[in-house]
Amino acid sequence: MTNSAPRLLAIVPAFNEEEAIGATIRTLKANAPGFDILVVNDGSKDHTSQVVRETGLAAVIDLPINLGIGGAVQTGFKYATRQGYDLAVQFDADGQHLAEEVEKLIAPVLAGAADVVLGSRFLGVDTYKSTALRRVGIRIFRLVNSLLIKQSITDNTSGFRAYNRQALEFLSEYYPSDYPEPEAVILLGRNGFTIREIAVAMQERQGGVTSINLRRSAYYMVKVLLAIIITYFRDPIPQMRR
Amino acid sequence: MTVQTIRIQIIAVIGSLLLLALVIELLRKRKLKEEYTLLWLLGGVTFLTISVFRSLLDRFAVLIGVDYPPAALFLILLMGVFLMLLHFSLLFSKMSEKIKALAQEVALLKLELDGVRSTVSIPNMSSPAPTEPFEATIIPTSSTLPL
Repeated sequence: MTNSAPRLLAIVPAFNEEEAIGATIRTLKANAPGFDILVVNDGSKDHTSQVVRETGLAAVIDLPINLGIGGAVQTGFKYATRQGYDLAVQFDADGQHLAEEVEKLIAPVLAGAADVVLGSRFLGVDTYKSTALRRVGIRIFRLVNSLLIKQSITDNTSGFRAYNRQALEFLSEYYPSDYPEPEAVILLGRNGFTIREIAVAMQERQGGVTSINLRRSAYYMVKVLLAIIITYFRDPIPQMRR
Repeated sequence: MTVQTIRIQIIAVIGSLLLLALVIELLRKRKLKEEYTLLWLLGGVTFLTISVFRSLLDRFAVLIGVDYPPAALFLILLMGVFLMLLHFSLLFSKMSEKIKALAQEVALLKLELDGVRSTVSIPNMSSPAPTEPFEATIIPTSSTLPL
């Protein structure tokens, strides 16, 4: 930790979120005022970028081509690393993540107890509704994660995460593009990063359409499991290993 | 089974094992993306299965009217290769578009940057307007963000 107050960044990846992003940015600024906000516009076809600029509360990166959530968030990591931020939080543009929970999320990182903190919807708190299929999926992933990285992670698809500087440096170079959230958990685990999971509350989508079709959940789950297993077998990166 | 066909079967088994070993090594060295790793592993396993379980291949050969079963194996492999090549053609097409977009973006950014930096106006062009198309409105709080 530096002597002065830690520099905090909120990375908000956005793809066609003109409906919800304005409110999201304003709420975030109001409830987490110590954070600089960076919106990564992943080649939106709507007015997402304009809406954000009009709030005057966030910096915007307009990607020239659509890279997907993995590429977009990684752009945020690169920005955080280059600008020398001590801590970055990943925050969804659609209003599902609650800004009031940010303080809880960053506490273990600021205390030096963890390199990465995952905000889990399924750890105790009951305000998030999910289908039976989803719950089976959670159980399977929890088992797989505990087998591979010796940690029982309940919500590995949650994008509500906090990263310290070392994690940001690492992820700026090595971040998966296919299924970034679950794969990154394994990747970080394999490369010696300390991961903590805390329970957070989340909300339903505020507007727009979800990019994950729930009807394809089972197919998605199989593909994610395979991707996780493949990520597990990759060699750890020696120079960046903690 | 003649000596020739046993020999080709052994070669096929060794070949598919080598292929699988190569794919796994590339996976470990982070040279292959997850989706392609999966594709090649599946291909290698299929190849191995057909090589080991000769009866599968023989039945398939009869089905498609081929006298010499190993020829049927080559046919399968060839079809697989064609599909892979088609897939990569699609991929390259998509990538060309992305590279073009990036090149254009870089060129446009360079021009803007030159316009911002230079004190000399570009000959035969009107001087750039004070407000640029891109404007990063950064509101710093406890920190200053250099552009």
